[in-house]
Amino acid sequence: MNDTFQLDGEDIPFAPGQTIMQAATAHGVYIPHLCWHPDFSAHGSCKLCTVKVNGRFGSSCITQAQPGLEVENRSMELDEKRRTLLQMLFVEGNHFCPSCEKSGNCRLQATAYELNMMSPHFDMFYPNRPVDASHPDVLLDFNRCIMCSLCVAASRDADGKNVFYMGGRGLLGRRVHISSESGHLGDTDFAVTDRAASICPVGVILPKRKGFAVPIGQRKYDLAPISEHVAEDAS
Amino acid sequence: MSFELETAAYPEKLRRVAIDPVSRVEGHGKVTILLDDDNQVQQVRLHIVEFRGFEKFIQGRPYWEVPVMVQRLCGICPVSHHLAASKAMDMMLGVKQLTPTAEKIRRLMHYGQILQSHALHFFHLSSPDLLFGFGSDVAARNIVGIIAAHPEIAKKGVLLRKFGQEVIRMTAGKRVHGTGSIPGGVNKSLSSEERAALLKDIYQMVTWSRDAVGMIRQLFEQNLAEYNEFGRFRSSGMCLVRADGALDLYHGGLRARDEDGTTLFDHFNYGRYWEVIAEDVKPWSYMKFPFFKSLGPDAGSYRVGPLTRVTHCDSIPTPLAEKERQEFLAFDGGSAAGATLGYHWARMIEMLHAAETIKDLLHDDDIIGDDLMATGQRQERGVGVIEAPRGTLIHHYRVDENDLVIRANLIVSTTHNNQAMNTAVREVAKKYLNGREITEGLLNHIEVAIRAFDPCLSCATHALGQMPLEVAIVGADGTVIDEATRDNRGLTHEIHELRGIT
Repeated sequence: MNDTFQLDGEDIPFAPGQTIMQAATAHGVYIPHLCWHPDFSAHGSCKLCTVKVNGRFGSSCITQAQPGLEVENRSMELDEKRRTLLQMLFVEGNHFCPSCEKSGNCRLQATAYELNMMSPHFDMFYPNRPVDASHPDVLLDFNRCIMCSLCVAASRDADGKNVFYMGGRGLLGRRVHISSESGHLGDTDFAVTDRAASICPVGVILPKRKGFAVPIGQRKYDLAPISEHVAEDAS
Repeated sequence: MSFELETAAYPEKLRRVAIDPVSRVEGHGKVTILLDDDNQVQQVRLHIVEFRGFEKFIQGRPYWEVPVMVQRLCGICPVSHHLAASKAMDMMLGVKQLTPTAEKIRRLMHYGQILQSHALHFFHLSSPDLLFGFGSDVAARNIVGIIAAHPEIAKKGVLLRKFGQEVIRMTAGKRVHGTGSIPGGVNKSLSSEERAALLKDIYQMVTWSRDAVGMIRQLFEQNLAEYNEFGRFRSSGMCLVRADGALDLYHGGLRARDEDGTTLFDHFNYGRYWEVIAEDVKPWSYMKFPFFKSLGPDAGSYRVGPLTRVTHCDSIPTPLAEKERQEFLAFDGGSAAGATLGYHWARMIEMLHAAETIKDLLHDDDIIGDDLMATGQRQERGVGVIEAPRGTLIHHYRVDENDLVIRANLIVSTTHNNQAMNTAVREVAKKYLNGREITEGLLNHIEVAIRAFDPCLSCATHALGQMPLEVAIVGADGTVIDEATRDNRGLTHEIHELRGIT
């Protein structure tokens, strides 16, 4: 691993085939992201990990690291664009952090704190999204979905079940669907022990009957901001 | 309670005076007064103008979110809603007995809430009226004026409230809108450091609370006739009492007495509250009007809160507060125990009781235990009742087989007191406003009566879908063109005049 590129002026070593995101994460540098997960193939859809590579915008999770690249990450310009992306995600869904069990453990909320998002800025859409409580052990609250499709990848690639798929068209039409005739999670072979049951970065997929067992102030991102949790993605 | 002055015979001919907003209360309310040409009061109504909708939008949510979500009804007594919802969900989960640590942590949280809310209400919101006079200069009649004129009193009020907030923070996780109580128990107990920090100050809080009781007693002695008669009316009452009849603000059975003191029901299982209480709807108010079923909607109105609790219980289970209760009941032949301003006296006795209870709990090792949760056999329904700072608070939920709430009914303290507050302001209006030119100072007398009840207006209007509504379209010349009214009888529409349509 002798090759390096520059990320915000710092030399980042990388191995052949690594993306900018993978190399930065392995080196302990945080690049904001939501849809990328180290265990699953990247698809560059949330655009939050957008960096400037030699002056051009690119998603760091799908851009190959190259020797000598000059990459801009946490500049005011990029963080402002990321903030706007976050604000659009917040208004597209129904994200009510005060009563959400995921609060404090939520990547969307933690990223918004990291990027100093102070308000949603845009008008709220208040979409009418369903809650699927048909499964005996898992609740699906699509109000909080950010379409990262990590559940699709985890169920397909890790669990071999294909419980979830993306479907529909348009801003409010496209969403995660359930692969059962009824469209209900309770009619699938999904299990609370599946990898997909714990992959959701927000509060869509949650175990039932477990709410607020960990006090506010003692949760993952209460203790340290998301930018200090890079090692978990690297391991 | 009477319904005199609720509805004037010919309101269109009367002059309208509005107190909007009612100040130094929690939430938004207004009072409308209709006067005839001789300034005689013909109609007085207290309106709660906020719209909340919690009973509706909690439907379809998982039950474990409920204690955290519904507490957002209020920023002053969220702990009461947090705990009432938790108690309801305990019942729904079939948990009949919490672990000792969970029960004592919840009690500590609740009595911290009582302490901070009573301190806030008495010192910050009401003491300006009591110390400066009901009709005193409005510029000074506020907490800033109290700080300037009576800095020691203001300091005690601020620090008592702060201590209560600290108790809440350590038990619930946050000073406001914490998450400490969860269905079946609590998510944390106290650490030894937290316990020591509270123990360091609690004795001072007990002393200051006792001083506050002395202060309201002194005010009564100095203004005996006015305080005794101000907004006075006879009323039924209801509260929780412990199995032995003692005051218990966290748990117990329902006790109700009519205005003559005759017991209507006692130690009644609140899980069947609907057998003894019903709610009436009036077309002019967003708030419902609860009543005792046995007496009917007209005679069955009642009041709740500190005055009812302190006068209805057989004893208070802490020594200093019990001694003060005895003196309160004996004062001037029992006159203060029936006075609207007696609410303040009773409130301070309860604050003393809360401080003593916190002191006792802090000496109990169970509060640093680690057995936090209990389990039981799942039920379909849960009812939780607690004595909130302002009075009896009922939370009632039905939860389906998928763990989602399908029905919610909340009867909050201020709703129980709706008719009582309306009666009190009408009594004050009759006595102080009739035949006089209206001034700000006179109108403040109306607000003083409302403040005696410590209303939590924001949590009192939580229904959705059956809200009475009046809409009037008024032409540029002031004439009413169109009126639409939706009430419990449905939608009625009355077009007075067609304009612009040919």
